[in-house]
Amino acid sequence: MYEFEFEKPSTVAEAVAALADEDAQALGGGQTLIPTLKQRLAMPSKLVSLSGIPQLKELSDNGGMLTIGGAVTHAEVAAAAADSYPALAELASHIGDPAVRNRGTIGGSLANNDPAACYPAAALGSGATIVTNAREITADDYFRGLFETALEDGEIITAVRFPVPEKANYQKFLQPASRFALVGVFAAKYAAGVRVAVTGASEEGVFRWHEAEAALDANFAPDALDGLSVDAGGMIGDLHGTKEYRAHLVGVMAKRAVAAAG
Amino acid sequence: MAKVSMTVNGKAASGDVEGRTLLSSFLREQLGLTGTHVGCDTSQCGACVVHVDGKAVKACTMLAQEAEGAEVATIEGQANADGSLNTIQQAFQDHHGLQCGFCTPGMVMSAAALLKDNPKPTEAEIRDYLEGNLCRCTGYHNIVKAIMAASGQDVSSIAAE
Repeated sequence: MYEFEFEKPSTVAEAVAALADEDAQALGGGQTLIPTLKQRLAMPSKLVSLSGIPQLKELSDNGGMLTIGGAVTHAEVAAAAADSYPALAELASHIGDPAVRNRGTIGGSLANNDPAACYPAAALGSGATIVTNAREITADDYFRGLFETALEDGEIITAVRFPVPEKANYQKFLQPASRFALVGVFAAKYAAGVRVAVTGASEEGVFRWHEAEAALDANFAPDALDGLSVDAGGMIGDLHGTKEYRAHLVGVMAKRAVAAAG
Repeated sequence: MAKVSMTVNGKAASGDVEGRTLLSSFLREQLGLTGTHVGCDTSQCGACVVHVDGKAVKACTMLAQEAEGAEVATIEGQANADGSLNTIQQAFQDHHGLQCGFCTPGMVMSAAALLKDNPKPTEAEIRDYLEGNLCRCTGYHNIVKAIMAASGQDVSSIAAE
């Protein structure tokens, strides 16, 4: 790693001030950022840890709306959402491995927006709201492509608000080496309609499969997806799977998610 | 440089570190606790697993200053007060849960974290929990068996006698 300064503020305001320095960067749980720094793929002048800010560790369940602080770890979400939003808890409990889940945070994952990460699928599939120190961003406006989000420099995710669906499920097909999602599909049924979000598959990062949503609105059952497919053209093709393979998996995992959601 | 202070295996420990100093480096190089192994240094292998405030973490993927004020437990603090092996360590020896031993500190620390939360895990739960701990010698069977045995469960039905 290149050398950097380290700061650990105790309020959001202090963190925002610390991040105003040129080339300062926020540090969530560091489970992606620290390996990235070790490879010298980034050279921040300063890391501003968000782990010492009590406000970012808050969790609340407010009658059908689950609010999770940006610095809440995957393990904490897995435990805290088990009753209120089981599909989200289940997703969180299968990110990385236990030690990674004890450090990695929801805010860190969403700010990074890895195209194969799980949380973007949950946020987009739930129509979540990303709350920052400056504003609120709907998930539909938040994700902007590979590792790209609507966040401005120095903007901090303070919380994520998840409306709790009637039923939901997430199915991921593991890339066997990295254990990230080769394809992951989050399907959620709300009174207002069904949302289907796909991670791991597209060159544009997480996306909603609108055609599947329309079919599932009419009939929330796996067979409703018979004959539907995503265009292989925009899929990721690499040594782990061709574009066509990923496109096929989207349909398979979507059906599994709907079946498991019940 | 900044001063960092924490409790390691029940004793106060402090030192001067850079922003980029990893917890694994601090433990190994400044405190001389070289039982925490650095295998891959990319958060894959789990040889560096320690407990920070009771939770298993990869010490190679946490900055030393993030552990300021924390209670850290490493493999060096696992033995019984009289120096004899604790239950998990003894089970690893009894069931040949190690060959070269490089991954063992992380395996033991992960096993301890698992058994704290789940005192009677199934074989599947143990294998699932060890997803982030790689062993290149034993093929895992004896490690799983050792953890089953350490939890006081019958291991006669576990593979690889």
